[in-house]
Amino acid sequence: MSGNVLEISEATFADEVLKADTPVVVDFWATWCGPCRMMAPVFEELAKEYAGQVKFVKIDVDKNRKTAENYKVMSIPTLLFFKDGQPVDTQVGFLAKEPLKQKVNTAFGL
Amino acid sequence: MTRQDTIYDLLIIGGGPAGLAAAVYASRSMMSVLVIESMLSGGQIATTENLDNYPGFPEGIGGMEFGQQLEAQARKFGTEMALATVTGVSLQGEIKTVETTEGTFRGRTVLLATGTRSRPLGAPGEEELKGKGVSYCATCDGFFYTDRVVAVVGGGDSALEEGMYLTKFAKKVYIIHRRNQLRAISLLQEKAKDNPKIEFLLDTVIEKINGRDHVESVTLLNKGENKTWDLPVDGVFMYVGLMPNTEFLGDSVALDESGYILANENMETSVPGVYAAGDVRQKLLRQVVTAVADGAIAAVMAGRYLDEKK
Repeated sequence: MSGNVLEISEATFADEVLKADTPVVVDFWATWCGPCRMMAPVFEELAKEYAGQVKFVKIDVDKNRKTAENYKVMSIPTLLFFKDGQPVDTQVGFLAKEPLKQKVNTAFGL
Repeated sequence: MTRQDTIYDLLIIGGGPAGLAAAVYASRSMMSVLVIESMLSGGQIATTENLDNYPGFPEGIGGMEFGQQLEAQARKFGTEMALATVTGVSLQGEIKTVETTEGTFRGRTVLLATGTRSRPLGAPGEEELKGKGVSYCATCDGFFYTDRVVAVVGGGDSALEEGMYLTKFAKKVYIIHRRNQLRAISLLQEKAKDNPKIEFLLDTVIEKINGRDHVESVTLLNKGENKTWDLPVDGVFMYVGLMPNTEFLGDSVALDESGYILANENMETSVPGVYAAGDVRQKLLRQVVTAVADGAIAAVMAGRYLDEKK
């Protein structure tokens, strides 16, 4: 099930997100957040569809509070879209698959 | 046969307590049922930490767990679930269609159980700072306010319950209400007043919400004293009332002036074969216990409608 979405942390954030060769979508989530649980399968499907083109990673805000604070995440799920190490777009709250795909395409010019 | 080829006996829009209770009743009586939910089973109740007043659970039950159990019960009897957002409906005629982000579904009867959502306050700064300190869900976002100061706007049951929930995280919670008197039940009022982290600001309205990339303060006006001041806060949680999720219906069924669906005590709307249940219906008491009752009635009435058509 969760083969395509890499779980990252504060320690690996720079390597996996900021220095990535491809655009990255980061899912800020937590185990106690209902909409996050709904987001997970959608995120997983997108990770599979965009394999090689866009990277999808998730970060648990409970364990990585600093990263969430750095990026001013104050509500979850929040998705941050990174290109060349810079955040280029944000999605706060659950989004269904099709609208999320559109958002990914627009954010990264695909 | 795919779902899009199937003509369901009952299409239910909304997977909250009303929709899922209807699904339990309908699928248990051998009707084919599809529930279309845009986000999370349980609907609004899934964001309630604990359901205290549902009969039969003396210790209460978690809102999210309640939603999951309802879904499991409906699935057990054969209900199918679709995760999709409804974009339009066509409700006239024998076969009714519902257009969604995952394709078009068809049914012989339709139950509208789309519930309500939090109403925005309408204060300047609110829209711009949404998700940046302005929140409509304490259980979702409370965590981010550990050792911070927050304001809760509203004077009803939700405002007080969520305000008390937020004291688990925040060091200080202001409850701001535009009237002199709170609307919440007295049990909640007493509990909130006993909570040392809670301070009430009554007869007070939010003039605007201030902050650049996150909430920094709210500008308040005390109406009695005609005094204006800035209160530094890190977050603002809105519990100022609800609005029905009926925009997608257009004029396909009769609504009241606030947008709630008009249905009789058998949950029948102005369109034959189309029912409404739960918070989205014009009614006095919006609670899980009344929502599930509505759902059961609607399912039985939809079954009768189909029997008469045979």
